[in-house]
Amino acid sequence: MQPLSDFTDDFRNALTTGPGRIGLNYTDAEEAARRFAVYRNNVAHSLKQALARRFPVIQRLVGAEFFTALAREFISKHPPRSPVLQEWGGAMPGFLRDFPQVAALPYLPDIASIEWARGLAYHAADAQPIDPATLAERDVLHLHPSLALLRLDHPAVSIWQANQPGQNGRIKVNGPESALIWRRSDFSVATIRIGADDAGFITGLLETGSLVKAAEITDPVAMLSLLLREKLICEEEMTR
Amino acid sequence: MALPPQAGVGFKPQHFKAIRATCPDLGFFEIHAENFMGAGGAPHAMLAALRQDYAISIHGVGLSIGGSSLDPGHLARVKALCDRYQPDSFSEHLAWSSHGNEYLNDLLPLPYTPETLNRVCEHVDHVQEVLRRRMLLENPATYVTFADSTIPETEFMAMIARRTGCGLLLDVNNVFVSCTNHRSDPLDWLGGFPLELVGEIHLGGHDEEELPSGPLLIDAHGREVAEPVWALYGQVLDRAGPLPTLVEWDNDIPEWPVLKAEADRASSMLADRRQHAAAQ
Amino acid sequence: MNPKLATAIATAISLSGAVAYADDAKKAEKGDMEKCYGVALAGENDCAAGPGTTCAGTSTKDYQGNAWKLVPAGTCTEIETPAGHNGSLEPIES
Repeated sequence: MQPLSDFTDDFRNALTTGPGRIGLNYTDAEEAARRFAVYRNNVAHSLKQALARRFPVIQRLVGAEFFTALAREFISKHPPRSPVLQEWGGAMPGFLRDFPQVAALPYLPDIASIEWARGLAYHAADAQPIDPATLAERDVLHLHPSLALLRLDHPAVSIWQANQPGQNGRIKVNGPESALIWRRSDFSVATIRIGADDAGFITGLLETGSLVKAAEITDPVAMLSLLLREKLICEEEMTR
Repeated sequence: MALPPQAGVGFKPQHFKAIRATCPDLGFFEIHAENFMGAGGAPHAMLAALRQDYAISIHGVGLSIGGSSLDPGHLARVKALCDRYQPDSFSEHLAWSSHGNEYLNDLLPLPYTPETLNRVCEHVDHVQEVLRRRMLLENPATYVTFADSTIPETEFMAMIARRTGCGLLLDVNNVFVSCTNHRSDPLDWLGGFPLELVGEIHLGGHDEEELPSGPLLIDAHGREVAEPVWALYGQVLDRAGPLPTLVEWDNDIPEWPVLKAEADRASSMLADRRQHAAAQ
Repeated sequence: MNPKLATAIATAISLSGAVAYADDAKKAEKGDMEKCYGVALAGENDCAAGPGTTCAGTSTKDYQGNAWKLVPAGTCTEIETPAGHNGSLEPIES
């Protein structure tokens, strides 16, 4: 009888190479292989599905067949380290950047950054919005934990929007974009394109918390009214 | 602290609105622990709302109790979730799903040997110590058996329960799937299983494939519970009396009324047994 | 606080009841979005098995990831990228 640590090592290897060495109870090799394939398929397919749900626009942009192969490559390089799959996939933008087979689609890493950030926003901590009437008295502003600003090299917000369900993917755009992503009060996740000045204002607020400093970058009215309307200026992050 | 002996349903976020609108007469909802480990947002808002009206079962899928070691960080997160929601039951699987620091996202099988038994008992003991609660351990759906296995599955689980004091989660679909796959009789399996230790039952749909040697059933949770599984469930209730019963549906998730109808069928079988017991 | 900023805050507060910035993703996210993608953000873990004994793309050979004859073949068309690449792709599926 083999020690148990060897058993799981061998079983793990067999997921890649086939069940030759793990002591299955079948004399017929074909029978053993077919049965073992259920586990191999479960592992490969369930992880691929998790990525497809997290990166639906990447899947749409490269097609289902290519995505399956891409996912397999990603899984072998960046397997999940924890059982919490919602926390897996942050390496996708970098992986796509270095993946020669998608070099013709240089905007894919930006799309992956948007999709990753949307998941983070969905699960981000809750926070209590401030009373707008107190805004002028506050020296330091805290933005909602779900709020993220992405500065993208490509028109990735436009591409992302054009590839939502029901959209035909056809757009004519050019140049870099900035994405503002946050979780709404109804828990859906918003993703909008904002201009470079507004992105500078948000960055200023995120980095310094100072409305005075951020307002030196650009006229704050548009962004400030958005932040208030969406309840994104909050008391300090709640700790449970 | 236990689930009520009524029907429950595996909670899916897409059903939340329908659940809130209809306030279904169900005993409990069960959640997969790992989907509620984010900091905030909709998952916690929904779970907190359900917690107010229903008993809650937290069902872990990632502790890898049969693996070479438990991940203390992950166990701490399970504990934090249990502390926050005070569920009426916590359960996990007789399986492994992590290897080294790689998570494989499947409930993988174990050879049933004295060595495996020691490892699983050690891990169940540790989980119960950290969580400060009794857990339930679920029988797996399996597609292979190992030449090294020396202990029948039912006896293996009874020994774990005896040594650790844990309860058992009887997945009736898994019994049917495994017994069909291993060409054995589910009633024999049930005959060897300590039904008095069962704290919860699971029911779910399976897929069927064909091998040269006969059928191979897959525990896919993507359709209605099969008729032979309902029949087997009836046998379990006849022997063990009414038990908390979960209907699981994880793939190709249907509209709420379809899932609710499955739970209703379990409810009426449970009600029959209660009436029968009352009449005696 | 300078008067200009004070005015800006007052204006922002008065505007915040209205739609002050084009929330152009909102349309796309309603309807289909909630069904198709929104729920996907909710979590990925379950305890169900997958596709059985046969599953395209998960054969042992493929799983080792050495077959890279595929090219991206998605739906997106007519995207001009700033680097001057043209990302045009023929639509193959919807």
